[in-house]
Amino acid sequence: MNIANSQEEGELRLYQLTSHEAHELLWKREISALELTEAVLGRIAQVEEQIHAFVTVTEDLALMQAREADERIRAGDASPLVGIPTMIKDNICTKGIATTCSSRMLENFVPPYDATVMQRLNRERAVIVGKGNMDEFAMGSSNEHSAFFPTRNPWDRERVPGGSSGGPAVAVATDEVIYALGSDTGGSIRQPAGFCNVVGLKPTYGRVSRYGLVAFASSLDQIGPLTKDVTDCALVMNAIACYDPRDSTSVPQPTPDYTKSLIPELKGLRLGIPKEYFVRGMEAGVEQVIWDAIAKLEQLGAEVEETSLPHTRYALAAYYIIAPSEASANLARYDGVKYGFSASDAESMWDAMDKTRQYGFGPEVKRRIILGTYALSAGYYDAYYLKAQKVRTLIRREFEQAFERFDALVTPTSPTVPFKLGEKVEDPLQMYLSDVCTLPINIAGIPGLSIPAGFSDGLPVGMQILGKPFSEETLIRIGFAYEQATDWHKRRPPL
Amino acid sequence: MKLSREDVEHIAFLARLGLSEEEIERFREQLSNILENFEVLQEIDTADVQPTAHVIALDSVVRDDEVLPSWPQNEVLENAPQAEDGYFRVRAVLE
Repeated sequence: MNIANSQEEGELRLYQLTSHEAHELLWKREISALELTEAVLGRIAQVEEQIHAFVTVTEDLALMQAREADERIRAGDASPLVGIPTMIKDNICTKGIATTCSSRMLENFVPPYDATVMQRLNRERAVIVGKGNMDEFAMGSSNEHSAFFPTRNPWDRERVPGGSSGGPAVAVATDEVIYALGSDTGGSIRQPAGFCNVVGLKPTYGRVSRYGLVAFASSLDQIGPLTKDVTDCALVMNAIACYDPRDSTSVPQPTPDYTKSLIPELKGLRLGIPKEYFVRGMEAGVEQVIWDAIAKLEQLGAEVEETSLPHTRYALAAYYIIAPSEASANLARYDGVKYGFSASDAESMWDAMDKTRQYGFGPEVKRRIILGTYALSAGYYDAYYLKAQKVRTLIRREFEQAFERFDALVTPTSPTVPFKLGEKVEDPLQMYLSDVCTLPINIAGIPGLSIPAGFSDGLPVGMQILGKPFSEETLIRIGFAYEQATDWHKRRPPL
Repeated sequence: MKLSREDVEHIAFLARLGLSEEEIERFREQLSNILENFEVLQEIDTADVQPTAHVIALDSVVRDDEVLPSWPQNEVLENAPQAEDGYFRVRAVLE
């Protein structure tokens, strides 16, 4: 490898490395963690103004952690993520570092504790470069609902990066960090990963601890990695997946070594293509890319067969009842008393609470609080929330039945390429429809991986691979085999 | 389902969420449209279906009743909008 920190044409620069490439060079002492971190910080200085992926850059902390990592490497620490710079989505609690959820409500909130995933990364001596911009409280599909600024898609800065983990997806796509952590409630890792040409995994519900993840919809939320390739996805999963007694929904199941699934062929694997995911309104260019990708999987030895999941059409409605209902309960805690924004221009306790929430929350959060409160309110609970929870059972069963016949299902990640800023922000239902291929997966609690599958009109298209609960290894194997046979994931936006 | 202005005001009251006049009208319109689309769920017969609360069936999760250290009070209060003598300071509840 021809490594250089200079700006000369054609040379690989340090910030362009994947985690596994950087690890190898760190271990051989060809580079130091400090050099790598300085290269990443230089890249941020070079491109951040054009894309706005960060809410906070923690430069001093990163340099300190890089020096510590170098000491550990000298002492023989071979952890795969030691000294590798990362971005953390700003809804994951980082002790002593502001965790804003891109909301006015938490603009000045500095957590007194680390999320479990942060304890795991800190134990590996990862280098934290900063916190990633997102749709406020993870509610949105475009990053336009950040209370601070929208993140731009690096492939076309007039377009959205997807959301809600838009900052993490863009930071990885533009080499501002080597990898990132996001969260996914209805597609918030996979959809921006697809829109930005990076790899994103939503693990099985209960696979990664939610302790320290600011709650949006507790029965749907999961933390997961955004990476430059599938190998890195496996490495980050090895670091963050664990049983955690502090998250009562965490599942006590041993964590496999995901790197053992990096096998470049698919012989004997049965893949189902659910026709309902090729929805009306899907762009022809996207559909073409996905069918080409499926043909490639077949060439690699997989057996491919079309199938049907008829309840898919009810997933959107069920999701947008369940998620806002849970959100309305979770966000009741923001009362201006314990932490967060507090309105000072109020006359009484109730007035203070009304105003705190009026000024502290943005429009999408308010919309969902109202929707959720309505769905849970007396007289409507049975018709909306209970009905949606029953439909959830039907959707889950349908997946279970499909996985009796198939090792995995393959779909597009999104029905369209990235849309333009402003295109959907005033039309919430249209915005919600952009998650139509990703949200059934959260409803069923199963894992979903989005990988770069090609381009339509110069814009990235993601392919989504789904499996039964705790089948991340199968998804990683399929993603890895596809990646070995293609080079879409190596394309970087012109910045 | 068409929401009325009063519906929106009532829900906002339940959620303790202050809304401007303009927000009430905008949300009334948008949420009516969204709820109308949700009526699709009524097509499905769910009479004999149990609701799913959690997707991975777990037994009741309990732990031993052990005393563990809590966070230091001063650290927890550092994010409080108003604190006094180790307490959160609140407005008068009874008037």
